[in-house]
Amino acid sequence: MSLSKMPLVDANHAPDASSCTLDSQRTLYPYVTGTSVVAFKYKDGILMAADMGGSYGSTLRYKTVERVKPIGKHSLLGASGEISDFQEILRYLDELILYDNMWDDGNSLGPKEVHNYLTRVMYNRRNKFNPLWNSLVLGGVKNGQKYLGMVSMIGVNFEDNHVATGFGNHLARPILRDEWNENMSFEDGVKLLEKCMRVLLYRDRSAVNKLQIAKITEEGATIYPPYSLKTFWGLEAYKNPTAGAEGSW
Amino acid sequence: MSKQQANWSPYDNNGGSCVAIAGRDYCVIAADTRMSTGYSILTRDYSKISKLADKAVLASSGFQADIKALQKHLAARHLIYQHQHNKQMSCPAMAQLLSNTLYYKRFFPYYAFNVLGGLDNEGKGCVFTYDAVGSYERVGYSAQGSGSTLIMPFLDNQLKTPSPLLLPAQDAVTPLSELEAVDLVKTVFVSATERDIYTGDKVEIVILNAEGLRREFMDLRKD
Repeated sequence: MSLSKMPLVDANHAPDASSCTLDSQRTLYPYVTGTSVVAFKYKDGILMAADMGGSYGSTLRYKTVERVKPIGKHSLLGASGEISDFQEILRYLDELILYDNMWDDGNSLGPKEVHNYLTRVMYNRRNKFNPLWNSLVLGGVKNGQKYLGMVSMIGVNFEDNHVATGFGNHLARPILRDEWNENMSFEDGVKLLEKCMRVLLYRDRSAVNKLQIAKITEEGATIYPPYSLKTFWGLEAYKNPTAGAEGSW
Repeated sequence: MSKQQANWSPYDNNGGSCVAIAGRDYCVIAADTRMSTGYSILTRDYSKISKLADKAVLASSGFQADIKALQKHLAARHLIYQHQHNKQMSCPAMAQLLSNTLYYKRFFPYYAFNVLGGLDNEGKGCVFTYDAVGSYERVGYSAQGSGSTLIMPFLDNQLKTPSPLLLPAQDAVTPLSELEAVDLVKTVFVSATERDIYTGDKVEIVILNAEGLRREFMDLRKD
């Protein structure tokens, strides 16, 4: 079949074997994406932050995307990458939690179980060559146990005391390695999160100055309303940027 | 919109080195605990070693998600084996099972580089070394993973194993004592960490002998 005669096919359902060879496509690149998520353990549980930008390539297309969501009673999920895939994952999790509640046995899925579920979903989709284009951060507290883990779009997963996706792994984690400790108070934790998010805001072009901070403790999840960080752009080096390029235009 | 990413790949290399040394009555299995992707470190404390049976310990490096799937599969198969035979699988049996499991996915392989260490039915140390699609061989010692090109020749030099071409076949186990073997493992990891960016942070050492299983950790460079 010539390329020009290729019919438009649903990415997930190749109609027959002949067009299923080389030219059929699945989600091989993302459309609307979110940037870094940063999270770490603190005295009472987990703190997590993500900005609210949704980028369409390099265009800042959406400015109020919620990328941190509570899952069940004990978990908090943050996502970077394809926003639509994240929203699909939220639908999977809603169903998972609903069916778990229907047992009505007083038992509920904890962060460890949800993280393991996400791990299997992500790996299963990569095995079908149809990935969910996200890096996911899952934090939570259950029975006094703090839990924080990550999953990538091909199923790579691990736990750590602090995690960050994308640019956050380059810019935020070195700060966390220097300044983080397990027994920090909520106030100190928020200060540290803001320090990380500010560095990301200055250096990550797709970060926006509108972010949400969320915490989860034994008492449950709290997602704080969006707010902005104070920034300072009045540095001498930033002023009159064309001074050294006189007469170019 | 133009494509931003390079073509998507279902594989990643998360790095790491695995070493195993067999002695007359012991086996040492070791791996570092760093997990990387590209030039980034994902975590400094991820165990690549999995205890498959009482006398079979697997160390694997490569693609973490595949390794985890492989370990889960082997654990499930071992549970079935225990229900059917009411005993633990021997290390040579586990070695054959691992080979078959890897070859079963010959055309969409597990990207995993394995060293299986343990004790055979005579209580002698045994090491099995693999490629990603299941070729395997029983040896006296082996290294796999990102630092294997640095570690293997060093082990060849230090252990001077009898050639496998000799007839009649010579015993492949190393002449070292258990403590000497553990020291050698520490040395090779310190050396590999100097030159291989994917090896570092910490080395986890598992020692199997007649008394049972013992675990040791030693810090490595974190840069």
